[in-house]
Amino acid sequence: MSNYRKIQAEDCPCREGMFPRGKVSRRGLLFAVGSTVGVSSASLVRPALAAALSAPPGSIHYDVAADPTKEQGRPTFEDGGYGSRSQFETAVRLLAPNPNPNTTFTPLADLLGNITPSGLHFERHHAGIPVIDPAKHSLVIHGLVGTPKRFTMADIRRMPSVTRKHFIECSGNTLSGWTGQMEKTVQASHGLLSTSEWTGVLFSEFAKQVGLKPEGTWVLAEGSDGAVMTRSIPMEKMLRDAILAYGQNGEAIRPEQGYPLRLVLPGYEGNTHIKWIQSLQVSGAPFMSREETSKYTDLMPDGVAWEFVFEMDAKSVITFPSGAMRLPGPGFYEITGLAWSGRGRISGVEVSTDGGATWQKADLEGIPEPICTIRFKLPWMWDGKPRVLLSRCADETGYVQPIRKQLVEQRGVNAFYHYNGIQAWGVGPDGSVSNAAA
Amino acid sequence: MPPLKIALAAILVFGAPAGAAMAETKTAFDFGQPITSADLQRYLSIPPNGAGLPPGHGDASQGRMVYEEKCAACHGEKLEGISETGAPALIGGRGTLVTAKPFKTVESYWPYATTVFDYVRRAMPFNAPGSLTGDEVYAATAYVLARGKIISESQVMDASSLPEVEMPNLRGFILDPRPR
Repeated sequence: MSNYRKIQAEDCPCREGMFPRGKVSRRGLLFAVGSTVGVSSASLVRPALAAALSAPPGSIHYDVAADPTKEQGRPTFEDGGYGSRSQFETAVRLLAPNPNPNTTFTPLADLLGNITPSGLHFERHHAGIPVIDPAKHSLVIHGLVGTPKRFTMADIRRMPSVTRKHFIECSGNTLSGWTGQMEKTVQASHGLLSTSEWTGVLFSEFAKQVGLKPEGTWVLAEGSDGAVMTRSIPMEKMLRDAILAYGQNGEAIRPEQGYPLRLVLPGYEGNTHIKWIQSLQVSGAPFMSREETSKYTDLMPDGVAWEFVFEMDAKSVITFPSGAMRLPGPGFYEITGLAWSGRGRISGVEVSTDGGATWQKADLEGIPEPICTIRFKLPWMWDGKPRVLLSRCADETGYVQPIRKQLVEQRGVNAFYHYNGIQAWGVGPDGSVSNAAA
Repeated sequence: MPPLKIALAAILVFGAPAGAAMAETKTAFDFGQPITSADLQRYLSIPPNGAGLPPGHGDASQGRMVYEEKCAACHGEKLEGISETGAPALIGGRGTLVTAKPFKTVESYWPYATTVFDYVRRAMPFNAPGSLTGDEVYAATAYVLARGKIISESQVMDASSLPEVEMPNLRGFILDPRPR
């Protein structure tokens, strides 16, 4: 967890955005570096190239027109037929400073609406990002089945498909909540959460093709990266709503998200959504893989750990205003954030602007979908006094997001995974927003 | 007849032959190609009962050589873990799970020895995953277990002995008790 502390010390991209704190912005810094290079080594790097190199990830630099109404814009199809974002957009994933870089956080404060852009989906890798040729990739289903079979990507693309919106959340998301440690930004505290529209084939369709033996109560999913990662999943879950997904947000799934095929288990902790999936082995018991014994188990104060803790309980967080922002002055703001539950639809979100003394019902943006994030909003007049902003959500099972004290009383402070307590952001008299825990 | 009804009538009339043709095609999808057990060799995972463990064997003295050559650079000469490499400690920590600072290692936390074998075989060493022979995996597993004082220095690990190893924290887990 000391790694997460380091993030706070470093200049974080999410300090930018609507209300930067007046430091040198990342964009400004990049352009400054670019011009320095252009001046000091003009013979080596042309200024235009330096400017091009300075474009934020996912964008291409173009010279800005003095008056865009007085000249033709850049030619159609100059991008080769695949567009990129504006060179003025700088939101990026945040890299956790681990010895082996393997984790990035989604910039939640920069997101609009409900879907996470595929290029900003959080990442947690165990052996890097493999490059896999879909023509050579296949999914094998074996074990306690009638006919073990291999499905090529071409087979899978021909099968009946579904398209559904679901979030994926790492169960280590918001883990700093257990110890009460306060991440500076919502990206660092809650950014192991992303929402996509997934397209693929239900596992139940594959089950019809291979035939299941009645004693097959678990399924081991295995990836084809260097970690060859495995998780055991209850058959009941696999048949209920598991998707073998090849599509994400209207196009092929991104390499970082498991191209060409990943498992999507709506509501289950992110680690179970095996990427680059190559095998499903039906068995009569879990395999007790490294991930499901030594890692994704929740240690209780009595020294016993919970295992197979799958569902992500209901959670919400205010993304605006949130940590490291600064409100320019008293006046109107729209408080907004995200709420989600691994057990069904969000049934409601409440927001407090006075540290929990009173609560107001937030407006939900659209109709809640099962096991999907939903954006909430509340108009707010800031009076310029110190305030503590909170959000809490409930899901359709009747479960209400708890406060930290309730979680710690039940599970201690060393559970590591599955923290879902209420998040508080403090607004200071100068408009600065900081983590106020809860 | 209004235009809409004409159109519907046309669909009904001309739709009939198409429907008849559909009825003659296969109704089962029949996707996927059957495979043999030989095709499945690379997918075998090892559950706690040891099913699928490969031939081969190794003990701690053989494992020491494997460990020093292929594991120690990341996990440390004394299996203590090295924070700079991100490789965790493999031994120690017994009795710490109830304390404020639990120290989770193979010795103190992992419930099954088969998991060590399975994980090392598929994912280690980090710079060349899946490169160890069956004998090397048995030996490296024996070395870690012996250094953790879970088996003796001379105990040979193979397909029959490995599942018999009782890990110190075998009974340290319960199923998620949260209400469904």
